[in-house]
Amino acid sequence: MPLRLLKFGLAKKYPEPRMFRQPDRLKPSYDAVIIGAGGHGLAAAYYLARDHGITNVAVLEKGYLGGGNTGRNTTIIRSNYLTPSGVKFYDESVRLWQDLSQDFDLNIFYSTRGHFTLAHTDSSLRTMRWRAEVNKHLGVNSELVDPDQIHAACPQMDIDCGGHTPILGALYHAPGSIARHDAVAWGYGRGADQRGVEIHQQTEVLGIKVKSGQVTGVATSQGEIETTKLLCAVAGSTPKLLEMVGLRSPLVIHPLQAMVSEPMKPWLDQIIVSGSLHVYVSQSARGELVMGASLDPYELHSTRSTLDFTEGLAAHMLDLFPFLSHVKIVRQWAGMADMTPDFAPMMGKTAIEGFYLDSGWGTWGFKATPVCGKTMAATVAGDRNHELIQEFSLDRFSSYQLVGEKGAASVGH
Amino acid sequence: MKLMTCPVNGTRPISEFICGGELRPMPDPNQVDDETWADYVFHRNGAAGIKAEWWCHTPSNTWFVAERNTQIDQVLRTYLYGQEEQS
Repeated sequence: MPLRLLKFGLAKKYPEPRMFRQPDRLKPSYDAVIIGAGGHGLAAAYYLARDHGITNVAVLEKGYLGGGNTGRNTTIIRSNYLTPSGVKFYDESVRLWQDLSQDFDLNIFYSTRGHFTLAHTDSSLRTMRWRAEVNKHLGVNSELVDPDQIHAACPQMDIDCGGHTPILGALYHAPGSIARHDAVAWGYGRGADQRGVEIHQQTEVLGIKVKSGQVTGVATSQGEIETTKLLCAVAGSTPKLLEMVGLRSPLVIHPLQAMVSEPMKPWLDQIIVSGSLHVYVSQSARGELVMGASLDPYELHSTRSTLDFTEGLAAHMLDLFPFLSHVKIVRQWAGMADMTPDFAPMMGKTAIEGFYLDSGWGTWGFKATPVCGKTMAATVAGDRNHELIQEFSLDRFSSYQLVGEKGAASVGH
Repeated sequence: MKLMTCPVNGTRPISEFICGGELRPMPDPNQVDDETWADYVFHRNGAAGIKAEWWCHTPSNTWFVAERNTQIDQVLRTYLYGQEEQS
């Protein structure tokens, strides 16, 4: 490793190749077009090229690669959900995550930490028990643990929370992990690029052409392109794109904020989540505490951040970890979360032929990146909803078949 | 936006208010078919823009309407329901 580093110091030119090409213009037509070069869009491009042999693909991105919610989340990966369809889906995702570094030949810093969802009330303890049983039934490693076990695993935490909201127990999920979010986007981007997919940054979609119920092309800020398969994976911009094709959806956009502390020596191994206190926290490979809270309380299409959020989250962090009172916050930011009323995503085919949706990922999309890519690639290639996503279709609302995923973001509701 | 003007109680900090979502006309539940009703119950106008929304000043439980730009978080005006002309 030091020798490779020396190469960087002595070389006149940057000694490593770029992660992906920057094509200078769009081709007139593609077999498939993906809108949004975030983790989900790039993963779909990667699996389309690798598993389905569809390589004449363009990924369009209005900003820069991985600059949306892929780069704005708190990188927690887990599968301890509540509904059987959710558990199966996320469990497949965790399995894919574990192989990604090998798959990409790129270290994504995947780190299995163990995930505690704290219960401060009898009712949340009851939900934890329910989730643990559903998880065990489906072969997912989850169990209910008591305060002594929590203390043994994380002795730095104040189990009484200063007497306000004592911790009564927790749902412990051993496979809970974190990963480097940028590396995930770059890994998928590079893998797709190597197989012939074109990634066009700074290319905004201005309109979608639909002829007799079938997608025929896309108008972009860099010119028009023809395609019969269009995948929309744009998180907070989904309602705007749905408006272009005249589809109705229940999505409402709320900002979700997060912040990091200054770096510290490693002391927090686990991922700690408290729904009642609206806190989730883990310590990154760089030693920063990565913290998040609940959604902002009203609709907003902006990534501004607020002092209210920092103050509120810091106060709850101190309930759990009083010794952090002198630690400084160094960054805060926000992403636009596309929320559905049942906390499950909206995926798959739509009423418009060739228009595929990967949306409604609200506050729980990062952990699903690999499985979304895989299932959406299969859906686009075969023009048939993959079996893991059949319950997540957009038309479930018109037929009153909601999913009811209360295990979703832990603190988003 | 850190302040909101309640038509009854005047300008107050935003933490005293909750948002009740967009103002939408309810179809007659006895007349419409299931699909129209589902559209009313679930579907929303999720794109950014200027929207009329229900807001509530929680200490006094005053519900009113606020016209807000959801792109830049700017409140254009607030009024009690049905008293739009007087605002």
